[in-house]
Amino acid sequence: MTATEPHLRSATPPQVGTAPQSPPPPPPIRRIVVTREPTVADPPPPGAYGEAPGSRTRRRPSPPRTATEVVERMRTEDLRLFYGDNEAVKGVSLPVRRGEVLALIGPSGCGKTTLLRSLNRLTELTPGASRQGRILLDDQNIDELEVTTLRRRVSMVFQQPNPFPMSVFDNVAYALREQGSKRPRKAELQEPVELALERAGLLREVQDNLDHPALRLSGGQQQRLCIARSLAANPEVLLLDEPCSALDPRSTEVIEELIVRLRETVAVVIVTHNLQQAHRIGDKVGFMFLGDLVEHGDASQVFSSPREPRTAEYVSGAFG
Amino acid sequence: MSAVPTTVKPTDPRGSSREWPLRDRVALACCWIAGLSTCAVAFLIVGYLAFKGVQYLDPSLLTSRPSAETDQSRSGGFLDPIIGTVLLTVLGTLIAVPLALATALWLTEYGRPFWLARAVESGIEMIAGTPSIVLAIFGLLVFQQTVFGFLSFEAEGGSVFGRSFFTAAAMMSLIALPLLVGSIREGLQAVPRHVREASYALGKTKAATIRRVLMPAIRPSIGSGTVLGMGRIAGDTAIVVILLGGTLQLQGFGDVPLLSTLRGNGSTLTSYVYVNSPAGEGSAPEKAYAAAFVLLLICIGLNLLVTRLARQTSPASAR
Repeated sequence: MTATEPHLRSATPPQVGTAPQSPPPPPPIRRIVVTREPTVADPPPPGAYGEAPGSRTRRRPSPPRTATEVVERMRTEDLRLFYGDNEAVKGVSLPVRRGEVLALIGPSGCGKTTLLRSLNRLTELTPGASRQGRILLDDQNIDELEVTTLRRRVSMVFQQPNPFPMSVFDNVAYALREQGSKRPRKAELQEPVELALERAGLLREVQDNLDHPALRLSGGQQQRLCIARSLAANPEVLLLDEPCSALDPRSTEVIEELIVRLRETVAVVIVTHNLQQAHRIGDKVGFMFLGDLVEHGDASQVFSSPREPRTAEYVSGAFG
Repeated sequence: MSAVPTTVKPTDPRGSSREWPLRDRVALACCWIAGLSTCAVAFLIVGYLAFKGVQYLDPSLLTSRPSAETDQSRSGGFLDPIIGTVLLTVLGTLIAVPLALATALWLTEYGRPFWLARAVESGIEMIAGTPSIVLAIFGLLVFQQTVFGFLSFEAEGGSVFGRSFFTAAAMMSLIALPLLVGSIREGLQAVPRHVREASYALGKTKAATIRRVLMPAIRPSIGSGTVLGMGRIAGDTAIVVILLGGTLQLQGFGDVPLLSTLRGNGSTLTSYVYVNSPAGEGSAPEKAYAAAFVLLLICIGLNLLVTRLARQTSPASAR
């Protein structure tokens, strides 16, 4: 037997005369080599994210369920969305209000994301997609609005953090500038850009590195940058498509706190696979199943005493 | 076997090739031989040319102008061919890059109607598959038309010569075009859809998205495509021989300094090597070797640049 066959050696019985020893270890299991650094936010310095020093030790209190002032901003009326002949969303009527977070839950492929994307007409970019029914923004049909105006008022954050290949500053400034132009100049934009970063809870971390490429930030920071970018143009509605599903728990927590704070000024709709997340941050919850809006109501009601049996099965984990 | 080892070496997951069936081992050996011989051939070419080139390369060759003399001690060096190579490469690239960028952007970002996009794609593939000598002859045919007289010069009878740096560069750009389009398209396709959608979701138009989001993202691909194309242009002979007029020295037509040169004729390192090689009319193989070595250095340099640019691409466009 040669040294090139070490894996056979483990099968050889120990030779007579050698000291009794533990059985040779089994051939090593192939290791999974993770080449990319895991996305982990640094432990925050005390006082970061606008919390009192020392508050990290106790569990974050759940946000107050009674929002300050609830104002309806958007409404869908018998909204139907099709991909070719396939009906992805089947007649959904739903209000979107400022002052509360609307969480859309449901199993994969139930039409949550399609519904969300239709709210700022991003579905129109998908070939073969069509729409019936009305969507109103402040009682105005969104089809009557210029699509670029609509998307400035109804902004969206995606599942994957997707900063543009430019500096942190330019990522936010891009949202503020007119189309492709470079005006207004950097000095004029400094204040609104920093305000947007502050609102997204990112300013403290990137203050000194506004000129660094945005793609060098960590995953959680990138996602908060995307939120800052969306907030820069002062949208009235913020759509979030599973914003935390690519992030670690720590970054998720930061972003959840952020969302809860944002609902005071912006109407927030969030699509999530994560029931706990919907429970933590949602004021209203809409449960979708196979394109139907099965149930819509207060988060506490949907989770604790759902009216529909399918909702009850889903939130109890019977399917999903 | 002396003693049972206390630690077992990690198993090679591929196993030992000694246990493979014979035909697999033969195939493996063939792969090794093929790879090694390719390597050997490459080193032979570079080594031989370096040996010959360094032997004959005299700094004065790089700085003196060539002249048609039978006496090799008086026929000069290849300053003009070097300038010609640079001029032609730069000019060809200047034509090819905007054309390729526009084509790639249209194909990837618009590409409708579908049949037209397919037709454009096949057109590019066809150009890529056309031998450069065919392009050269076609170019001569086109640029000898009277309307293109401003690109070269007109003889007294009114017939257009059709051979100039302009016309050669125009056909050269076609050689670089498929490489450039391919490289830029790859860069564009590497940008995920949701990045574009993120820009639309901020209320940006498609034009703004292309200008401010996609262009920075594909800058490295444009760079590597350009250098790749430059290498091809610098190395092409057929178009130079047919479309550059075949004069050893740069010969301008007109009075405007640079314009006259570009409208005029000249040579490049490739045509210089061709003319001076034992196969050509002059037989000055030493000078051919020296020029070939310089050309090889230029092309290897361009290729190294591509590799470096391509390496820079990966982290930026990873998402």
